[in-house]
Amino acid sequence: MTVEEVRKQFPGLSGTVYGKPLVYLDNAATIQRPASVIDKWTDLSVHHNANLHRAVHKIAAEATEEYESARDAVRTFLNAASREEIIFTSGATASINLVAFCFGEAFVRPGDEIIVSESEHHSNIVPWQMMCERKGAVLKVLPVDDDGHLRIDLLEDLVTDRTRLCCVAQISNVLGIINPVKEIVNICHSKGCLVLVDGAQGVVHTGADVRDLGCDFYVFSGHKVYAAPGTGVLYGRRELLEQMPPYMGGGEMIATVKFSGTTYAPLPGKYEAGTQNLAGTPTLKPALEMAETLRDKDLTEYGEKVRDYVLDSLLSDERIRLFGVPRGTFNKIPLFSFTVKGAHHEDLALLLDKMGIAVRSGQMCAEPLMDRYGVTGMLRASFAPYNTLEEAEYFIKSLGRAISMLV
Amino acid sequence: MKMMEKTLKEVQEEIVDDFSMYDEWLDKYEYLIELGKNLSSYPEEGKTDDKLIKGCQSRVWLDWNMEEGRLYFSADSDAIITKGIISLLISVYSGRTPEEIAGDDFSFLERIGLKENLSPTRANGLVSMIQTIRRAAESNL
Repeated sequence: MTVEEVRKQFPGLSGTVYGKPLVYLDNAATIQRPASVIDKWTDLSVHHNANLHRAVHKIAAEATEEYESARDAVRTFLNAASREEIIFTSGATASINLVAFCFGEAFVRPGDEIIVSESEHHSNIVPWQMMCERKGAVLKVLPVDDDGHLRIDLLEDLVTDRTRLCCVAQISNVLGIINPVKEIVNICHSKGCLVLVDGAQGVVHTGADVRDLGCDFYVFSGHKVYAAPGTGVLYGRRELLEQMPPYMGGGEMIATVKFSGTTYAPLPGKYEAGTQNLAGTPTLKPALEMAETLRDKDLTEYGEKVRDYVLDSLLSDERIRLFGVPRGTFNKIPLFSFTVKGAHHEDLALLLDKMGIAVRSGQMCAEPLMDRYGVTGMLRASFAPYNTLEEAEYFIKSLGRAISMLV
Repeated sequence: MKMMEKTLKEVQEEIVDDFSMYDEWLDKYEYLIELGKNLSSYPEEGKTDDKLIKGCQSRVWLDWNMEEGRLYFSADSDAIITKGIISLLISVYSGRTPEEIAGDDFSFLERIGLKENLSPTRANGLVSMIQTIRRAAESNL
């Protein structure tokens, strides 16, 4: 498949801004959606708008089938052992908060420890801070080095017999470095510590086989992997999900309700209280199919060409400081966060916007990492498999023009 | 005391005219960048948290003082386009009486289309800058 063929399936990519063709390089925040997802979303909104599971009528039955077949699709995509291990949420943030609360209630005692890495998104920091405060636990930080690589060499000593959970991103949303998750899991498990992997960036670029990774929890958001916004997944090992208490009460999550006491639904319903995102969640199925399709060999090679071109261009410009520099076995996705000497990231983003290029600027929901590198913010260009080499060249040229206007 | 040659409205009209010369927003930004680079210097010791404007992705410090019945503003930012916007505001409002400023509706900013063409975060910043200028005027009426 060629990149032009791929682009035809994404109606949002043919848009213009300020009369210029849109060059969308903010994919790490929200990725554009293919027609297959938009069609599914529309069809469910129009023709299958009914509450799931309990109604006996036809459109509810069909809506339920769509919803549950998305669960099977996610199970297959992640290679989870069973469909009961796939919990639908509103996004990665909701998934992490669920684990932080329920895991905390079940397994965390005063003086226990939770580890997060220094390069985590706020969504993989703040829920743990809240849980530690609630349970009297201690939050410990696994640092990154100057090039943006996790200091795995320190992990062995960081994990103690009081460490209950280590929470790391598969790929940092700022650095774009693919973290050695398997190695992290091995170190942690050898000391009895469990591992939660934030797959928000990983799911679209490398995918995930949760049994191969060996992680205990894996979370991701739909809107970063071609699905509708407000959708998300929590994978959890069955025995953990069974031991943890429910998160929210009401709706789907009950078995029987009496004033003398309520019993809870079995997995996965136990964690899916309230009316579900019945139009959005089923789009995960065509979305993950698209993610699989776009990992085809030709497109991967093309994507590597785009990545290498941008990487070389940025690294060879001495005014630019790139955060997340690959080394050894190549381990970087096409996500580039950088600062430019003498030019503010916000000015650059504003000028690029007027040139038709959508990038992100600011702290990227990773303030501790900004502090680590002593910057107030960065500019981030994140590419998807549908971005072309021509777009990459236009980006580099436009960046040069923006810099010369500012410096 | 420096005599004001032009009224507040006249200065605003001039800015609207200046902006209308440029068709492309990129050119308007080039103009703002020039203004930003030429903004007179702001003392480092004035960059304190109480002078910091809320709502900006970039940092903006805005200070004022009253002299002989007129308000004088000085400001700085770490982003140059923001500095250009401040420079625009200062050129209009610095050296005016509190009555003049409090009686103005700041609508010239809409006429040059500045607000709509800023990112939401920067538009918030602009609103905060306007509020600070307005508050300075109102507290000195």
